[in-house]
Amino acid sequence: MRLSSTLPARTGVGFKPAHFREIVAAAQPLGFFEIHAENYMGAGGPPHAQLTALRERHALSVHGVGLSIGSPRPLDREHLRRLKILCDRYQPESFSEHLAWSSHGEVFYNDLLPLPYTDETLRSVADHIDEVQNALGREMLLENPSTYVQFSDSTIPEVMFLTEVAQRSGCGLLLDVNNVFVSAKNHGASATDYLAAFPLDRVKEIHLGGHDEQTDDAGAPLLIDAHGSPVADPVWALYAGVIARTGPLPTLIEWDNDVPGWPTLLNEAIAAQAILDLAARPAAA
Amino acid sequence: MVTHIQSDFADALLDPGQPLPRGLTSHTAAIPARRFAVYRNNVVTSLVQALRTRFPAVDRLVGAEFFAGMARVFVSEHPPRSPLLMTYGDDFPDFIEGFAPAAELPYLADVARLEAARTRAYHAADEIPVDLARLQSLSPAALPGLRVTLHPSANIVRSTHPIVTIWAMNSGEVALAPIADWHAEDALVLRPEMDVEVRKLPPGGAAFIGALARDAPLAAAAEAGIAENSEFDLAANLAGLIGSGLVTAIHLAEPDQEHTP
Repeated sequence: MRLSSTLPARTGVGFKPAHFREIVAAAQPLGFFEIHAENYMGAGGPPHAQLTALRERHALSVHGVGLSIGSPRPLDREHLRRLKILCDRYQPESFSEHLAWSSHGEVFYNDLLPLPYTDETLRSVADHIDEVQNALGREMLLENPSTYVQFSDSTIPEVMFLTEVAQRSGCGLLLDVNNVFVSAKNHGASATDYLAAFPLDRVKEIHLGGHDEQTDDAGAPLLIDAHGSPVADPVWALYAGVIARTGPLPTLIEWDNDVPGWPTLLNEAIAAQAILDLAARPAAA
Repeated sequence: MVTHIQSDFADALLDPGQPLPRGLTSHTAAIPARRFAVYRNNVVTSLVQALRTRFPAVDRLVGAEFFAGMARVFVSEHPPRSPLLMTYGDDFPDFIEGFAPAAELPYLADVARLEAARTRAYHAADEIPVDLARLQSLSPAALPGLRVTLHPSANIVRSTHPIVTIWAMNSGEVALAPIADWHAEDALVLRPEMDVEVRKLPPGGAAFIGALARDAPLAAAAEAGIAENSEFDLAANLAGLIGSGLVTAIHLAEPDQEHTP
């Protein structure tokens, strides 16, 4: 028996401890909160006390950043066990991870690193997701990455890779629209084409976040997935286009660096909710 | 094959001297050095930031620029071995002790040990401390053979420097001021409820608590305290022991009087 991802089709916010008091002091017009799993793997203390209080009030999404699904090596069983303990304890509505790797050998790099898309990596990613879903007894959502380089060994376009992984493993997908925009810009591709080909029927959550702009070796724009600023206008436009096709989907505002005050973050979520509300209205005759 | 690609990639992340990994491309440049540098920067900057967050008093003592330089060397020599970043930097104090450019501040490693202990206490298991009334209700005859269970968040950090005072001055607890009376201080780091507390232990206190932690009965622990410092005051230490919330269970010598709250 595998639990499906069941977040409400409303907006949520990435939880930051700095906002805890304000969040629990009032009713929040939000569908859910998302946490980074690895921050809640200690034995006790304020992280668990806060998460318990949050969980009592809101739907919860557990988002892993350390499982290294895209590594060619076996998954860290000890880490998978910790994830299971966390999910069993808090019974989140959803669990998600990334199409990326973060550990190699003994070392954890604390970043979401890119992988080539080949038949070999497709098999290994699908097998890893299978293992995760069996271990947790839950459906996993796999998030599309933001990337800054590509690999000459890649033979499969990213959208096809994600589609195939989802088909083979039965996982859901987490569509990060900012990542789509960042990667498309970085690789001279079209975000609209990417989204036109994306298997939206598999998408059970959307991420929106801010990015920075730098330049690459040739002076071309290089966008950085920094999560330290408001969602950019072109990303809002892409998001509205997706929601117009799918109807309302659970949507998260991610703001992990230079975290603003709670009202600013809440306003971003309210802006996303307005787009969801528009899509929920029956079309005018 | 893919393992080789990731090995190349991984090796080059922490060592700027390594050549760019093979097989990288971009639509604009044949050698995407600046693009790969984004990953290098993400890895190093995020880990330096993790250390800065865990060791704010060390950061304040040496200044942001020195801290970043020292942390970068540590990151490249001691990258994390676990995705649990809350444990990253457990060995940073030992590194600081051997870091020659920081030798002017001989107390820096011990202040770092105090800060590392604070994070461990923050994430330690939750337990409810025993009430002082429980100790007062015991017959004096029961005291010498009494054993205690200490709170899982408890850590003692011993130093030949006034680390509690230095830490307090560099964490906003008290105002910065010259330390006229430079003497050894032992710290008790403890989180009896949700707030991590740092206390300066009285003379002999560290030996006393250390003995209790090794399951010595109270009489033997008191002897350890006296052996270390003749000024050891049992009554004051006992009151501090319970009053601080350090004890989570009291065990009497007779099995039939075993008591846990």
